[in-house]
Amino acid sequence: MIDTAIPVPVPAPADSVVGAMKGFAQEIGALSAFRLESCIHCGICADACHYYIATEDPQYTPIWKVEPFKQAYKREASALAPLYRLFGFKREVTADQLAQWQHLLFDSCNMCGRCSLICPMGIDVAALIEQSRHAMFEAGLAPKELYDKAAHQHRTGQPESSVEPYRDRLLSIGVQFGVDIPLDRPEVEVMLCVPRTDIEHYPSAVAALARVMGHLGVSCTFRSDGLVAENYGYYAGGKDWQRDISMRLIEQAIACKAKILLISECGHAYTALRWEAADLYGKALPFKVLSVTEFLADELKAGHLKLAKSTDGKTTFHDPCQFVRKGGVNEAPRELMKAMNVDLHELENHGGFSFCCGGGGGVIDIQQAAPLRYRTMEVKLREIDDTGAQTLVTSCSDCRRTFDDAQAHFAWNKKPSSLLELVASNLIGAGDAP
Amino acid sequence: MDLLSFARGLGLKIAIAVFCMGVAWRILAFALLKIRRDFNRPREPILKYLLGGLITVGSRSWPHREFIGRTGAGEALGYSYHLGLFAVVLLFTPHIIFLGSLFGVTWPGLPSSIITIISVLTLTLFLAVLFRRVTNHVMRMLSNFDDYFSWFITMLVLVTGLAATAHVGARYETLLAVHILSVDALLIWFPFGKLMHAFYIFPSRAINGALLARKGATS
Repeated sequence: MIDTAIPVPVPAPADSVVGAMKGFAQEIGALSAFRLESCIHCGICADACHYYIATEDPQYTPIWKVEPFKQAYKREASALAPLYRLFGFKREVTADQLAQWQHLLFDSCNMCGRCSLICPMGIDVAALIEQSRHAMFEAGLAPKELYDKAAHQHRTGQPESSVEPYRDRLLSIGVQFGVDIPLDRPEVEVMLCVPRTDIEHYPSAVAALARVMGHLGVSCTFRSDGLVAENYGYYAGGKDWQRDISMRLIEQAIACKAKILLISECGHAYTALRWEAADLYGKALPFKVLSVTEFLADELKAGHLKLAKSTDGKTTFHDPCQFVRKGGVNEAPRELMKAMNVDLHELENHGGFSFCCGGGGGVIDIQQAAPLRYRTMEVKLREIDDTGAQTLVTSCSDCRRTFDDAQAHFAWNKKPSSLLELVASNLIGAGDAP
Repeated sequence: MDLLSFARGLGLKIAIAVFCMGVAWRILAFALLKIRRDFNRPREPILKYLLGGLITVGSRSWPHREFIGRTGAGEALGYSYHLGLFAVVLLFTPHIIFLGSLFGVTWPGLPSSIITIISVLTLTLFLAVLFRRVTNHVMRMLSNFDDYFSWFITMLVLVTGLAATAHVGARYETLLAVHILSVDALLIWFPFGKLMHAFYIFPSRAINGALLARKGATS
């Protein structure tokens, strides 16, 4: 029996609540207000959420996760706010209430956006949850693991300390796998960044990226001062930190005159850079932001990339939420797999409707969320098993790490692999795989 | 002034005034908030994502295949009573005459017997909707005064309308006055509660659909 008891939250001090609600109120634009007002309390969003599906616990209903913020908006900023306050229809959000919601906004939400596809009113519930995380951060209620990593990344560029700095680690990976790691070149077409998950856990994926780019003959570089793709400010809800962390990459891309900022397999980095960074920057970015998957699919279409047939047998693909559902990179992975003649057996829920791996939104890093995460993951693992595929491929390192963790936890018989590495090992004329 | 004269005279005028001003304020209030510009480069050209918005207005009327097993029945129930209400409000000849006096346009109606059948069916669906709201643990948790009062006032209009048509319980003039008063009450309540979703539903779908289509994502 898996214990999914809710951890006892530490109440936030009253002034933190005021700060949180202030932060939230500052963020309320017309669009968010419209979303909050449009809810008809039908509860249908629960049926899209894997936390609710796995537990049947109503508190995991996505729109319920923003309830205190809806309450605060209606009381403070809505069209009827004076009436709500005068008659006491909407009470002030309390410190206890907000502390209770930490579990709902962080431990039990991957920010995967599946709920935004089911709402009959068309509300983007996931966008509201992201805004609510900002308010929780302001209240000092971001989970410690996310807060600490965000603080560390904001300060140093790395989410955590490492035995050797990532720059050196990158060069070591190059030596280990026998690939040239382009570093700190002054002027290039493409600037590369990688998830620290790859640097720490999947060095073969870093080597695969370097190998593929070298094979294509693309003028590219990593930059010592802008290596890490992830943005823990985004996970933790710290908007200013998110901006500053994004700015490291933006400044480096500008410095090397890159036309493309290429994000390796990291879904949340893609959301943070492709769909949010320009807003935080305050103007359009002077370069394109692409995921490595869509970049390679474009190279394939242009005839620059030739791939050999894969021999991996029956394969299924996990669509990372941030790339596919929230990012629109739907066809690119399938085009690459088709070119390699992958025997693809789609999951029952795939493409935009895929279930999250369970680790997204920083949940993989939150210790107290683990029991519930494992319970929720069973929805996904069952679907994967039902395909009968022996191989699971994905295009996001955090998804890969989550599945690896599941393999260890459940003694699951599948090992997730990377689409990028699959491409790198099937380059025609590229020699041995990394 | 008797009750009927008040209900369809001054009472109705007050109700319509509250309705119009309230709805206008609820919508205007959004315009007073900040509208943020999106600087992130769209994946699709503007016409394509505007089209995505329009398509979502229609497509979100029914759950995607992936969700239908879990939500199809509930959504069917919801849409059924809405359709019943529209039929009763818009296709009952006395309503058409009344609306014609307000807007100057009339259209053919359905026979009274058909409207009565639709009304009874709609009434039954209304009770089913309430039953679902109090028995489904998600809906019960989300529900507040607004949900129950909006249900009650809409139900009241339906019941008093049926009573007036069937001439049951009092003199026709009294029944009609009570029915029109319930409509007045509904119009007054409308801008203060969830009934406003009638104005929000299509723009909300269109906006979400367009924003997802802008990214090239499924909507």
